[in-house]
Amino acid sequence: MSPDQSQGTRMVKILPPAKAPEGSPSGEAGESAVKIAARDLNFYYGKFHALKNVSVEILQNRVTAFIGPSGCGKSTLLRTFNRMYDLYPGHRAEGEVILDGENILASKNGAQLRAKVGMVFQKPTPFPMSIHENIAFGIRLYERLSRGEMDARVRHVLTKANLWEEVKDKLNQSAIGLSGGQQQRLCIARALAVNPEVLLLDEPCSALDPISTAKIEDLLFELRETCTVVMVTHNMQQAARASDYTAFMLDGTLIEYSGTTKLFTTPSDPRTEAYITGRFG
Amino acid sequence: MERRHFEQEIEELKQRLLWMAGLAEKSVHQAVQALFEKKEELARKVLEEETAINEMQIEIDERVLGLLALQQPMAVDLRFILSASRINNDLERIGDQAVNIAQSALRILRHPQVKPYVDLPRMSALAEGMVRDSLNALVQHDAELAKSVLLRDDQVDNLRNQILRELLTYMMENAAVIFPAFELILVAKNLERIGDHATNIAEDVIYMIAGRDVRHLAPDRR
Repeated sequence: MSPDQSQGTRMVKILPPAKAPEGSPSGEAGESAVKIAARDLNFYYGKFHALKNVSVEILQNRVTAFIGPSGCGKSTLLRTFNRMYDLYPGHRAEGEVILDGENILASKNGAQLRAKVGMVFQKPTPFPMSIHENIAFGIRLYERLSRGEMDARVRHVLTKANLWEEVKDKLNQSAIGLSGGQQQRLCIARALAVNPEVLLLDEPCSALDPISTAKIEDLLFELRETCTVVMVTHNMQQAARASDYTAFMLDGTLIEYSGTTKLFTTPSDPRTEAYITGRFG
Repeated sequence: MERRHFEQEIEELKQRLLWMAGLAEKSVHQAVQALFEKKEELARKVLEEETAINEMQIEIDERVLGLLALQQPMAVDLRFILSASRINNDLERIGDQAVNIAQSALRILRHPQVKPYVDLPRMSALAEGMVRDSLNALVQHDAELAKSVLLRDDQVDNLRNQILRELLTYMMENAAVIFPAFELILVAKNLERIGDHATNIAEDVIYMIAGRDVRHLAPDRR
């Protein structure tokens, strides 16, 4: 399903649309290229059928949010986008997930894939090392940088994650001493350090206070300049605030996928309406 | 996950909106009847009852603000609350137009009747009907009824023009009727505005029901 691009209102466009990349199939102004496409995707946890024939197109340089009740398959879908499920026996995906024209479910190199498709989890997961090392650690797996280059890269991604000002004087202190919100922004910086093209976020703010949440939502808005962002959240207000497109899932199927304003003001499917107005089940 | 408290607040907002609509409708009716039946006391009642409409407007605004701030309404709820806020304003304006008509009636009644009233009662029946049906459309979730209100606005406008032309002729023929005739033109103007407010309400009802914004669209695209 490609998103219904109408916004549900006759809105005057004030913000310029994010630029479609050169040579992309849909060069029209305001439209974005497809970065990830799932086709007839089925997923099984052992015998449990968690995703049922899901087809969805994620647009490049946009923030796409997946919402739905617990167990609807939204996190499962996110985890197929970088094959995170590979790490667990008995988890099996069928169908296709096309990233830049390649079916990543068939490719062999999971580590390369995960450098290209970064992921941030619900609970911040800083490594028990210094703030600087938390970021440098991942970069060293893929690149050999001089000390000066490394320092510049660390500073660059910390700035991008809106964390630099808060930690610049304690880069050699342990990351464990940071607040939850800072830790989560550090994890985002760490994911950004290897220049991913896609950033997956699984409930990135559910353990954070409102101020930290606002900082991360601001960050998402800026990240779309360089990244395609896919986020799973059970906080509908967050999806409404921070995403360009929103998809609603239920029982392992994709019910509705459209512009965020449209989905939250004039949803097409009665099941979406029931869920977002809190009259669900 | 039911939201009983929220549902109840939405229902209460709706009830207040309908109560206010009832007040506004009654005011319009009493104001024109004061003129047609030469009953000053009806006009004075309209002036007295304006306060009730104004107070209700403020209460509805406060409820809307509270629901938006505290409940984060979505989809149909959001559309209803937004529409309720706009309809609230239109109803208050209708109340103001009724007051204007009542004041005109009091001034007109000091003079002999310019002419038998024919088009003016037709016009007021049309405008009152538009207000009533736009609110019925809200209660019954009837987008077709709301659309029928939009179509009636042209008839009201045409009657206003007709009344204006006719009264101008009377004024040119006889300078003695200039003052009451001018007031009658104001009454027609106010009735026409009431039709416009009913049109706004009907447009909001369509938005609430169907999620389509039909304001400023040609009739065939509504």
